Amino acid sequence: MAVQIELFLQTLIAGILLGGLYALIGIGMTLIMGVMKIINLAHGELMMVAMYIAFWLFTLLHIDPYLSVFVAAPALFFLGVALQKFLINPVLRVESILPENQVILTVGIGMVLANLATIFFTSNYRSTPVDYATKAFYLTDFWKDAPIELSLSMAWSLSFLIAVAITIALWFFLSKTDMGKSIRATAQDLDAALLMGVNVRMMRVVTFGIGCALVGAAGCLFLPIYYLFPALGGQFTLIAFVITILGGLGSTNGAIIGGVILGIFESMTATYLGMGWAPVGRFLIFVAALIFLPGGVASLLRSKKLGK
Amino acid sequence: MKKSLPIIIILLFLAVLPLIGLSSYIMHILILVIIYSMIGMAWNLLGGYCGQVSFGHAAYFGVGAYTAGILYSKLGLSAWWGLLASFPVLTVFSFVIGFICLRLRGPYFALATLAMGEVLRVTSENLVKFTGGDVGILLRERTWVGKTWYYYIVLLLAMGTYLLVKKVIESKLGYYFVAIREDQDAAESMGIDTTLYKTIALCLSGAITGLAGAFYTNYMGYIDPKVVFNLHDISIVTIMVVMVGGVATYWGPTIGAIIMVFLAEIIRSNPGLGAAHQTLFGILLIFIIIFLPNGIVGDFQKIVKLFKPKGALR
Repeated sequence: MAVQIELFLQTLIAGILLGGLYALIGIGMTLIMGVMKIINLAHGELMMVAMYIAFWLFTLLHIDPYLSVFVAAPALFFLGVALQKFLINPVLRVESILPENQVILTVGIGMVLANLATIFFTSNYRSTPVDYATKAFYLTDFWKDAPIELSLSMAWSLSFLIAVAITIALWFFLSKTDMGKSIRATAQDLDAALLMGVNVRMMRVVTFGIGCALVGAAGCLFLPIYYLFPALGGQFTLIAFVITILGGLGSTNGAIIGGVILGIFESMTATYLGMGWAPVGRFLIFVAALIFLPGGVASLLRSKKLGK
Repeated sequence: MKKSLPIIIILLFLAVLPLIGLSSYIMHILILVIIYSMIGMAWNLLGGYCGQVSFGHAAYFGVGAYTAGILYSKLGLSAWWGLLASFPVLTVFSFVIGFICLRLRGPYFALATLAMGEVLRVTSENLVKFTGGDVGILLRERTWVGKTWYYYIVLLLAMGTYLLVKKVIESKLGYYFVAIREDQDAAESMGIDTTLYKTIALCLSGAITGLAGAFYTNYMGYIDPKVVFNLHDISIVTIMVVMVGGVATYWGPTIGAIIMVFLAEIIRSNPGLGAAHQTLFGILLIFIIIFLPNGIVGDFQKIVKLFKPKGALR
């Protein structure tokens, strides 16, 4: 019995830690979706780019992956701005039969990024052998005669804490600064924001940049605990999308909750059904959200507020 | 009669093509072109005419291929029965998928289908008892050694698809589809049951794609999840086939399939370019979307204008 509880709690902890990182990826996508009304299908590939930046900084200059957040996030910001300005914006103006052209365009961008990474860095699996990756905190260290044993990997908890810090910083940016407020106004009502004197075009560019920077930061945080290969993007794009559906389209708070739910759910399926089934679990939760909670967690939050 | 003359000439040309003694490599490429143009036409029905862009057509292709494969490996029937069986299986499957995914609109639908395609791949990799997992299914004996008969069968299937798509698009159904694409809310307010007609489009599209998948099993004699549920080689290439050829045109998918398959073969056979074929495809996709958003057939006038000397315009 104790073993069962131990396993369950351990899985839960792993799920929450994973969820915090997922939330960061999801927020990036949900911001872009809210402001630009397009889905960025190159999201995971952009994360892969950031991971390679952090990886090479570590391998060549021995810079800790956590410190390379300060390099990779700005780099991704500018990459995002460039993509938005030179590729996505022109397409918004083109007349075409299909309205989803921008989405297909981001697929093209993702393909190019993933393939270029394969050509330049080969498709080998890589990881950063940081010395704290194997360290962990144990429950028995703090509480000598604990009935169960739980462990907390140091790298995982560090990544989680930094992800939470970035999320809080973003929350302050969006709710307290002028620019953050303009971004939220653009997301709520583009025309009204334009009439109120918000530079909507610039907000779009900036938002795309911020979304990319967030996923870039998430990439750096994932690097010490995960491995890296060029084709890793696709699965993270899907994760980000499931989180946004789960959280409610365009809702940042929803994305945080959605990320944690997905993280827990995924680590539960991995423990009780086997690693290979995790993507299926992802899809099940996605389908369940669509059928039973089409507005996502955000709609629940909203109805609670109205109830008061 | 006059209007159908070019089509008859093209068909006659295609029918005598194997008789002039082409090498088996060329025949293989021709069969691939026809398979892709078939999937492209199916995608076009859903994406081009009805406006529901799907990123997961590999799901239907794979389910069709596995229908044939499982009939062979589990029931001991000939895999050709898969062509018949794939129709009901895919209709039911598409209906279920539509029930879930068609609640979403536009890009959200696109991503939901993408997720679905990936999940089916993972499922078929993990359901080892049923699908054989990563080992795949191997047909121990092929029906014919040469490619001629396969060519005729797939040509027949593609012709049927072409006629079906044409028939559907020129009927009331087709006008409903286009109305849904142009403005779903307006279509709904005009009394079109949009959910019903989107589901019909999805079922038709899925069934045709599944048929192509079932043929693929018979033709290649070997399937595994990574091949038939492939995101890049099936789902994305299908979209590219239609985007390059022309969205919402009858001949667009065929033109697109010819260009894409030959391009892929040229790139892959060149040792210097082989590794970069995804990059080149991606750049082609970006280029087409920015400059020829309606594809080669759809924007034909634009291309003609581009190559005409300036003076001839006046």
